[in-house]
Amino acid sequence: MAKSCKGLAEELVKCLSESMCVKDEKRSIRDCAGEKSPCIPSECVGLRETYFNCKRGQLKEALSHRFSLSLAHLRRRQRHTTSRRVSRRRISIPSPQKLSSMATMARSFLQAISKDEAVAPPLRVVQIEGLAVLKIIKHCKEFAPTLVTGQLLGLDVGSVLEVTNCFPFPVRDDDEEIEADGANYQLEMMRCLREVNVDNNTVGWYQSTVLGSYQTVELIETFMNYQENIKRCVCIIYDPSKADLGVLALKALKLSDSFMELYRAGNFTGEKLREKNFSWMDIFEEIPIKVSNSALVSAFMTELETDAPVSQGDYDRLQSSTTPFLENNMEFLIKCMDDLSMEQQKFQYYYRNLSRQQAQRQAWLQKRRTENMARRSAGEEPLPEEDPSNPIFKPIPEPSRLESFLITNQVSNFCGQINGVAGQNFSRLYLTKALHEN
Amino acid sequence: MAATNEHTVLQFVTPSSTASTTTQVLTARIHPLVIFNVCDCFVRRPDSAERVIGTLLGSILPDGTVDIRNSYAVPHNESSDQVAVDIDYHHNMLASHLKVNPKEVIVGWYSTGSGVNGGSALIHDFFAREATNPIHLTVDTGFTNGEGTIKAYVSSNLSLGDRQLAAQFQEIPVDLRMVEAERVGYDVLKATAVDKLPNDMEGMELTMERLLTLINDVYKYVDSVVEGKTSPDNNIGRFIAEAVASLPKLPPQVFDNLVNDSLQDQLLLLYLSSITRTQLSLAEKLNTAAQML
Repeated sequence: MAKSCKGLAEELVKCLSESMCVKDEKRSIRDCAGEKSPCIPSECVGLRETYFNCKRGQLKEALSHRFSLSLAHLRRRQRHTTSRRVSRRRISIPSPQKLSSMATMARSFLQAISKDEAVAPPLRVVQIEGLAVLKIIKHCKEFAPTLVTGQLLGLDVGSVLEVTNCFPFPVRDDDEEIEADGANYQLEMMRCLREVNVDNNTVGWYQSTVLGSYQTVELIETFMNYQENIKRCVCIIYDPSKADLGVLALKALKLSDSFMELYRAGNFTGEKLREKNFSWMDIFEEIPIKVSNSALVSAFMTELETDAPVSQGDYDRLQSSTTPFLENNMEFLIKCMDDLSMEQQKFQYYYRNLSRQQAQRQAWLQKRRTENMARRSAGEEPLPEEDPSNPIFKPIPEPSRLESFLITNQVSNFCGQINGVAGQNFSRLYLTKALHEN
Repeated sequence: MAATNEHTVLQFVTPSSTASTTTQVLTARIHPLVIFNVCDCFVRRPDSAERVIGTLLGSILPDGTVDIRNSYAVPHNESSDQVAVDIDYHHNMLASHLKVNPKEVIVGWYSTGSGVNGGSALIHDFFAREATNPIHLTVDTGFTNGEGTIKAYVSSNLSLGDRQLAAQFQEIPVDLRMVEAERVGYDVLKATAVDKLPNDMEGMELTMERLLTLINDVYKYVDSVVEGKTSPDNNIGRFIAEAVASLPKLPPQVFDNLVNDSLQDQLLLLYLSSITRTQLSLAEKLNTAAQML
């Protein structure tokens, strides 16, 4: 694939070097590459566009392979979470060096060439088609309680991200050799869907979750992987356990920009966070979801299922035994608080160490100074006031706050859920009371 | 090629190989996802094609009902005398789908447009080689009868001696089923556009309103019967009596205690979650507080 694009590149360079821009104005080829006609002849513009598209096609192939690798990693992590306890063990992502270098090369050239790429408006709404919603529900529900993932396909239009279709990923039991299989599956699916005119653009991925405990480091890493290749991507979280309560628990998440910058810098110390005034609430941004359906589909649906005055969802909502759900929530909440307190203890330990180190430093410095005084009076060279080989001068690494932020997010999520359900329960109880009085 | 579809559905008797199997009525149960898929594929079809065909995936339940759960479109070309189906595509998609869900196998195929024609019979033959006794589903996207109809057929071969004369498509009853979780999202799926998904409390509100309407209706009905405006229907009367009688008969004291206990439990939970939230904000302040050194 790279060979065909190289031919185009050579042609482009040749055309540009013979153009007015380079010959007469004596500018560099790279400069002229971004110009429009009449500075460079229209054939050069045409060649440039063709080269553009060729590189884009390459990127697409590269990025689809990359996704499958990162998603395989996500799936592996999810297998470890079959127990009720949400585990946060870290697994390192295998990084495809060759692909990433090719992608960055292509990207930088593209950026150099195209100076008029518009800045994308911020994402305001995610519009999902009923078809995608049904598919997600079906897939997540069939495999509950195993956690499953899938890919979202759609279009990125202005401030709306449209999700028009999706396909599920198979659940993998074994490890390493399935990487290639997973990539093949993905490419195959996308190719087949393109043949039936389905939008072939990846816009994100979806995953199922248990009681809303989805904030993990792996999620962030997958996000970062995706973000490098697509400008806007979203993760849809679906919670099948809430369907019993009559709620359609679908959420669209995105990492906030400030968080992404921080993450790229890899620096989560207190200083940085205070500078940016960044709190745990700023990591994830939830985007409102709109559901749309084609007219044909809603015509069919309306006909097949006439408007009943009361639907099954209502029955579910009126049922008052929410105890199992609440119990599970409380259990998870308690476990998360335990984790949080562990993280807090880490910080305490760090601070204690730091202050102890400072005290030691002071003491040592004092000693050195008195020694130096003695030496100066004896006419000898004063010793340096710092000694890097001494372990008390070694800076202690500050523990990253990322983990505690994520746990905090989870805890607040659980709290929110409990609040919601408790509120519903209140209404239900008052309802029964009223009924009984009559 | 003969095709019959009558409005009263003839009971289709599956040929029984052993003497002991009783006659079974074959029915097809469809999940709404299939309809959504078909409509979506129809809307996206290439301009030259008049109809879309595709494969149906699902399973056969032990009582003989065919459960159709998923589907995908297969590109095909149809002219007046020839039908070409992209078989490689079909096999590739099947393999991909089986990787995700090995239990969903081919149970038949669908096509949009009403009626069964010659081309369909050929395609049906092809699918008969892929699965035993495939179901042919027609989804009328053209709304020819003024309504969208979904019909399912099975075909049997009419033969005279050794010669194959025709294939007869016989209609079987279709049942549209929704799984629990899908029902929950049902309101959302029916409209052409929904601005936002209702969260917990809003859903609750909706439910309460509906319940209120129902009770009002019942009230009006009873009133009108008492006043003699409408003739009493014993069945409805019995239903109402049953509903009212199903309220548990507890002495008011016991009931009050019950309600109060539950209320207290809920309050306790709310209190716990608010405390946790406060703890979180405190912890955050401490975490990023200036280090006092």
